[in-house]
Amino acid sequence: MARDIKTTDKKPAPRADIIGGHTLSMYVVNEPGVLMRICQIFARRAYNIDSVVVSQGRDPAFSRLTLGISGDPAGLHQIILQCNKLVDVIHCSEHTSQQAVVREMALIKVKAEGPETRTELLQIVEHFGGKTVDLTESSMIIRIEGASDKVDAATRLLASYEIIETVRTGKVLMARGEVAT
Amino acid sequence: MEILWGNSAIFIMANENQSTMDGAQALIKTLDELGIEYVFGYSGGAALPIFDALETVESNIKFVLTRHEQGATHMADGYARATGKPAVVLVTSGPGAGNTITGIMTAQMDSVPMIIITGQQVTWMLGLDAFQEADIFGITIPVVKHNFLVRETNELPRIAREAHHIATTGRPGPVLIDVPKNVSQSDFSGDLDSPIDLPGYKPELAYEIDQADVEQAALLINAAKKPVILAGHGAMIAGAEAELMELATRMDSPVTSTLLGKGVFPEDHPLSLGMLGMHGTAYANKAMCECDLIVNIGSRFDDRIIGQADKFGAQAKIVHIDIDPSEINKMIKVDQEVIGDAKAVLKALNPLVEGKSNEEWNEAVNANKKKFPLGYKKQGGLRMQQVLDEIYELTNGDAIVTTDVGQHQMWAAQFYKNRDSWKWISSGGAGTMGFGFPSAIGAQFACPDETVIAVCGDGGFQMTLCEIATAVIHKLPVKILVLNNHYLGMVRQWQELFFDNRESGVDLEGNPDFVKLAESYGCKGINIKRQADVGKKLQEALDYNDGPVLINAECVKTDNVFPMIPAGAALEDMLTEPPKHKMAKPVGST
Ligand SMILES: Cc1ncc(C[n+]2csc(CCOP(=O)(O)OP(=O)(O)O)c2C)c(N)n1
Repeated sequence: MARDIKTTDKKPAPRADIIGGHTLSMYVVNEPGVLMRICQIFARRAYNIDSVVVSQGRDPAFSRLTLGISGDPAGLHQIILQCNKLVDVIHCSEHTSQQAVVREMALIKVKAEGPETRTELLQIVEHFGGKTVDLTESSMIIRIEGASDKVDAATRLLASYEIIETVRTGKVLMARGEVAT
Repeated sequence: MEILWGNSAIFIMANENQSTMDGAQALIKTLDELGIEYVFGYSGGAALPIFDALETVESNIKFVLTRHEQGATHMADGYARATGKPAVVLVTSGPGAGNTITGIMTAQMDSVPMIIITGQQVTWMLGLDAFQEADIFGITIPVVKHNFLVRETNELPRIAREAHHIATTGRPGPVLIDVPKNVSQSDFSGDLDSPIDLPGYKPELAYEIDQADVEQAALLINAAKKPVILAGHGAMIAGAEAELMELATRMDSPVTSTLLGKGVFPEDHPLSLGMLGMHGTAYANKAMCECDLIVNIGSRFDDRIIGQADKFGAQAKIVHIDIDPSEINKMIKVDQEVIGDAKAVLKALNPLVEGKSNEEWNEAVNANKKKFPLGYKKQGGLRMQQVLDEIYELTNGDAIVTTDVGQHQMWAAQFYKNRDSWKWISSGGAGTMGFGFPSAIGAQFACPDETVIAVCGDGGFQMTLCEIATAVIHKLPVKILVLNNHYLGMVRQWQELFFDNRESGVDLEGNPDFVKLAESYGCKGINIKRQADVGKKLQEALDYNDGPVLINAECVKTDNVFPMIPAGAALEDMLTEPPKHKMAKPVGST
């Protein structure tokens, strides 16, 4: 029998010593094991990796990594230096949303029975510039993309309906202007 | 006839195969070209092709069979700490590789170059729990500078060259190469000279020194009235002895060193304060508390030298010179950093430093040398300090001294004053028991004409004593000094001071007769029981050079090392003698 795992869209209560919302961008050698090396540094220093997005770089010998991190901001600079020290890391740096465009996408599957519920849901989707990407008699999958707080807001609003499941891509970022990420 | 004909055809084919090279042979050829002199190791199935290549490839490499893989790593470590050059550790997969972890961690903590080559299951079995498969790549990630799992035979020479480059440049460290058996056994058809390709690794930046940082550091130095120079292992690795001497002379500044920096500044020099830290000299620690400037050259402000971090150097400006940017502001917030190779930095810095004389400050520092000298009681039996003091005198401070970990190590650091770099070999960052004796073997291989003394406790020596066989076989004249207190002395000291003298897990009952044990290996053994015999017996050991000699010195069982700064306490809370009142449990770990 399948185990019943409860999921929730509520955020855990914030801890005073933990500050979320740091986004790091790394350019690394595209080889097995690189992610292990990086993750171990964060785990050892009790930083939580909230999201991780990895994909091949323009040059397939390299990968681009975007990490969403929460943890003590005081030690973060040193951690970045530790990451930079890894032989496989070309560079690692932190970006604030002023310096960079940060985006993510969420897929949200909601129960959508009855015309009233459907209309309401579609209004929300329209408001957030989202899209329905799957539609059945009883459910729909909504796609929302944008800055993280916009995705958060949409998820919060949809939480008053019966959400079946949600999936988020995690943040990707790119430095603004001509600056390299 | 038909059958015979068939057989000889196979024979010819085999011969043809031999004229080409397999991966293992390409690997050994490359190591030889890289100047590797010694391979310390232990054989096994997955490493068979590489062991065979040691026989089939003509090279200058000498192979040393140890009695345990941990011993092999510490030998390579001792070799590197005596020469600055890496040796290779070669072991099989699974348990063989697993036994190297402690030695790899020890090298990593102390920035020692080392190349570890592990045999591995064939590639198509990886991840399937095949016989003697261990994910040594994954297991060692946190304890290496870098590691490789080789999947293509033709990549072996390039990876070996990359491993050597990474291990020996920048901040040195151990690099592991995991070689599946099919990779080492397959035919090599690549380029032996294929160039290294490490786009994320730029050790050459350590020689591009930021001049503005140097100028700021010089301003702080020239403004100081009560400076202390703190010299670490980084200064030694950079070969900055002459530049350090010039800086100390210009500044007229006392110099203290870390455990691993011992010898980079001569400890018998009037400006030397000896070692600082938990069991450092009282005058070094007091100088750290009273100074107005600390110039740290190549030390990582280890917790054993800073004690309570927020009180360390609270009165002082702090300049930190280090090759590793991630060490800056890690333990101690500094006023000015200069990132780079210590020698290159000092070369840029020295011309900006004004020559001056600091009479008043040096007088105050020297008054503490008189007030709190290192000493020991001559009464109450034979003490480790006496043995160490006498061997220091007898060898004129010129021997290579390796140590194990414990009370004997701290007393050796206090009483064996080093005049030169590369002659003090001790596990600092990891504090690895079992390190002392095998590292002495490695150092003796590296420096056959030097006197090499392994200072060990009776506890730590028993962790790797099987290597007596290795020393005997190679007739290495290592002096194994077992300072025997029948206790895990350092732990017992903590229990006495902080746990109401409740002994728990520290009594070494069941110790062997070390002299008989040595003799059973064909190693000379000498007992020292009486204080009056120390000089004579040590001289006898020093004069014996036909092979190793073990000296078992029966020492006072319950002596304690002072000065002592309880872990995590401020330097000013140093104990220079046994406390009269009950001590609170230390807040720091060890
Ligand atoms: C491998 C390992 N295990 C445990 C320890 C913890 N430890 C530090 S010092 C010490 C006692 C060492 O005893 P001994 O070798 O007899 O030397 P002594 O302190 O008596 O001089 C112990 C157990 C260690 N450093 N290394």
